[in-house]
Amino acid sequence: MALLEVEGLEAFYGRTRILHGLSFALDEGGITTVLGANGAGKTTTLRAISAMVKTAGVIRFAGQRIDGRATEDIVGLRIAHVPEGRGTFVDLTVEENLRVGMYARRDRGEAVRDLDRVLGYFPILRERRRQVAGTLSGGEQQMLAISRALMLRPRLLLLDEPSLGLAPLVVREIFRILRAINREAGVTLLLVEQNAALALDLADHVFLLETGRVVVSGPSEVLKRDEAIRRSYLGY
Amino acid sequence: MEIFLQQVVSGLATGGIYASLALALVMIYQATDVVNFAQGEMAMFATYLTWSMLNAGVPYWWAFLATVIVAFVGGILIQRIVVRPVENAPILTIVIVTLGLLVICNSVAGWIWSYVQKPFPSPFSARPLRLGNIVFGAHDLGEMGVTLLSLLLLFLFFRYTPLGLAMRAAAQNPVSSRLAGIRVSRMLALGWGLAAAFGAVAGMMVAPILTLEPNMMGGIQIYAFAAATLGGFTSPLGAVVGGFLVGVIENLVGTYVSFIGTELKLTVALATIIVVLLVRPSGLFGRVHVRRV
Repeated sequence: MALLEVEGLEAFYGRTRILHGLSFALDEGGITTVLGANGAGKTTTLRAISAMVKTAGVIRFAGQRIDGRATEDIVGLRIAHVPEGRGTFVDLTVEENLRVGMYARRDRGEAVRDLDRVLGYFPILRERRRQVAGTLSGGEQQMLAISRALMLRPRLLLLDEPSLGLAPLVVREIFRILRAINREAGVTLLLVEQNAALALDLADHVFLLETGRVVVSGPSEVLKRDEAIRRSYLGY
Repeated sequence: MEIFLQQVVSGLATGGIYASLALALVMIYQATDVVNFAQGEMAMFATYLTWSMLNAGVPYWWAFLATVIVAFVGGILIQRIVVRPVENAPILTIVIVTLGLLVICNSVAGWIWSYVQKPFPSPFSARPLRLGNIVFGAHDLGEMGVTLLSLLLLFLFFRYTPLGLAMRAAAQNPVSSRLAGIRVSRMLALGWGLAAAFGAVAGMMVAPILTLEPNMMGGIQIYAFAAATLGGFTSPLGAVVGGFLVGVIENLVGTYVSFIGTELKLTVALATIIVVLLVRPSGLFGRVHVRRV
């Protein structure tokens, strides 16, 4: 069964409609990436799922309607969202950032154990536990943002441009860990990414957005060989 | 030397009062990013409630407790009813709203209880303590103790409880907080409630010294602003240290600089604000925003 189903999704900033009837579904345990040019509505798609923009249409999570609910309630269903720009709490320490991430957890004891597990993915953060998060490098802040989201023990993890502004080596490290998170913890990933080559390697499913509509959708193995996709997004 | 020490001691005593109101100012600033100009007047209003209860024969500490609870609820209601509608408005709008609140609290208090000064009891013994030739007022010591205890409670709350952390997070980054499942609007209301409660404590500590009247907190509010600015608006500890410092500075300058005397003391507070803003805008203990972009 699909973990997330979206049917005829529309999203608005004020009166301007950004998404024009998007439909797609995510399988549980999969990694899906959204490709598209700037302004195609990739970020808005994620924001629509988290109820951070006004929407119309149907969104179902684990068979349950979630459209029209408040962001905080959606988070409570264990849908975590790593926002564009990382959303770091710059004046809090690294550990405090992670503790904010477990706010919605009802099982405190388990959550504290998860803190250790999550820091296991990112040893650098363990070293910097007491450091103020605003002083971390961009890559470390991205790791912190992912860790904060993982503290929710999410079923679905939404990631908005995790590679933005980071050095290639750091990006590769982060993607390696994302794959590990998907495999080991069984977290379903939905990823928006500018770096199409990288995203296609990580993902098992891809859909392509153009001005607020899904124009192509399929397994990444197939789409990687697609002539048009290759030219437009992979550049060879 | 004795005069000097005595002036320091009485400076600390008044400073404790500035510190307690500054604590409320910092509290609300930390929790909501708003400077509440009505903080002092809300405290004065709460103190009138205590006075009414005492008049009706309620024992002091019960009236104290009831006032703190009522102030807490009142703070939440004010946020919900008055502040929330302008939550997303420019900062100037919010400043004007809190100024309006100041005027309303002041006038309503005057309307209900009149502008006649009323004596207000202290819960501490009236007998002063002597150490050599230096006199410590018992109320002064008690009031300083209450301030330090409030600071400790706030510190523990913000540092060690999940709710305190959530409040700090909500003030800092509302969007990320919502994505962590924190109900930001509730946190803001809670911030107003807590600040009002701490403010009420300040009011009950001030009233025995200045006697209760609607304009009681006017001057104190300016000193509290000086204290919070000096200590740093982002630091509760800074607010308390700033409060004591402003009290001592004010007293010493009043004693030793002849042309200032008692009449120009308030100017010292204003001068402190200006100097701090020029030299070190984040205050002594305030956190400077460090951020990589």
